[in-house]
Amino acid sequence: MSYPGDFKYTKEHEWIKANGTTATIGITSHAQESLGDIVFVELPKVGTEVAKGKTFGSVESVKAVSDLYSPASGTVTEVNADLATAPENINKDAHSAWLIKIALKDPSELRSLLSSEDYEKFVAEEN
Amino acid sequence: MGAKMVEFNGWDMPVEYPSAGGIIAEHNAVRTGVGIFDVSHMGDIQISGPDSLAAVQHISMNDASKLAIGQAQYSALLYPQGTFVDDVVVHRLGENDYMLVINAGTREKDVSWVRDNCAGFNCAVENLSDDFTQIAIQGPKAENLLQKITPGTDLSSVKSYWFTRGNILCFEKSSRRYLGDILIARTGYTAEDGFEIYVPSDEPTSTSVWNILLEVGKEFGVVPCGLGARNTLRLEGKLPLYGHEISDTINVCEAGLDRFCKMDKPDFIGRSALVHAKDRGLTRTLVGLEMTERGIARDGYRVLDDGGKEVGYVTSGSFAPFLKKNIALAYVPPEFAELGSSLKVEIRNQPVAAKVVPTPFYKRPKKSAS
Repeated sequence: MSYPGDFKYTKEHEWIKANGTTATIGITSHAQESLGDIVFVELPKVGTEVAKGKTFGSVESVKAVSDLYSPASGTVTEVNADLATAPENINKDAHSAWLIKIALKDPSELRSLLSSEDYEKFVAEEN
Repeated sequence: MGAKMVEFNGWDMPVEYPSAGGIIAEHNAVRTGVGIFDVSHMGDIQISGPDSLAAVQHISMNDASKLAIGQAQYSALLYPQGTFVDDVVVHRLGENDYMLVINAGTREKDVSWVRDNCAGFNCAVENLSDDFTQIAIQGPKAENLLQKITPGTDLSSVKSYWFTRGNILCFEKSSRRYLGDILIARTGYTAEDGFEIYVPSDEPTSTSVWNILLEVGKEFGVVPCGLGARNTLRLEGKLPLYGHEISDTINVCEAGLDRFCKMDKPDFIGRSALVHAKDRGLTRTLVGLEMTERGIARDGYRVLDDGGKEVGYVTSGSFAPFLKKNIALAYVPPEFAELGSSLKVEIRNQPVAAKVVPTPFYKRPKKSAS
């Protein structure tokens, strides 16, 4: 499993990819694998404020509900509407099936997140 | 096998087999083909001796006197209040010989409860739970698969809720042998046709039976299934799960299992409470819900009326992999139980619309004449 080097990661298994002052957020390949078949995704509306470390939605597999934690603070600018009808896209490719895009409040917040190497190490230890 | 394991009532059990495609693939394999389940956590209690029928009649709600040798019935053990100790399948093994298949989570409680309540009868109560490993073979192709390793038994002649004893072909590498006298029952917990077999629980034997089922099942597309699929399959079929639809605080009438409770047979534990319960009328009843807005109801979620007042709770809820709907079972007062009634399920503080639908959610198609 490869974790893109230009993403940053959280210990709650989200990824974030910054592009200037905006960023795209999703869950990791490891997260989708441990969840199993994803059947429902609940996401905030465009314009919602999200805060680093706080929940912004949830993802449900057949078995369980998991909260989504935002890797950074900001305002939601776009929501991946395809996931409402095709949540299984996350199982197919978690690193391209993004959840939301946000306008970053403070891009420096990303510095404290995990790099791909750190995240991979973290996952290996967790197992 | 690459199973994702979970601790279940002290047992390490497979919740799903990602290599087989996960819960949805496992579930649909059982609906359309065949899946096999390691259900070794289920327990077995044997009651035998001259008074065994009287004892079974005393401790269970269905009428065991109707059972022929080789026949099984769904039943339940009840507390004097008419609530559930456990639900069981009673098998009549012989003239004065019965076997109850019980749940894992209630095993110790069941065994001591059965012992205590059979004490006045001339019969022996034996806990066989550690002697057998139960393997379930479920799905429209279950008979084809199992027949491959039961050459001496004509499975097509075993009717639903009957069982037989037969030899099971078991091979390891180059050696072949038969396991003799294996109980083969046409029962299950998936709302699909299928069998449950009770093989000796020593690991080499149970493992080799499991492996041979996977091996000879390849031509039928057999899929190993975990507890996750077992739960969604039984939910689609509205089969109760202890601790959810039935428990020590829910009575038989509320659970809608009256048809398995024979009030006209000799007295049994829980009967008089149920007579009173029937006279008083129900204060809550089990209904099927289908979500009509986006959201999945989960166990324990609150059920609200249209005005937002709490009226009940969800006992089991999930995405239903075969029906591709979000469904749930819930207890609500009878006035909300009418088909088509609109209710709300509170999902993370949001009321989400649902309606009462007929149950079972899934009924297997009638077998076409072949």
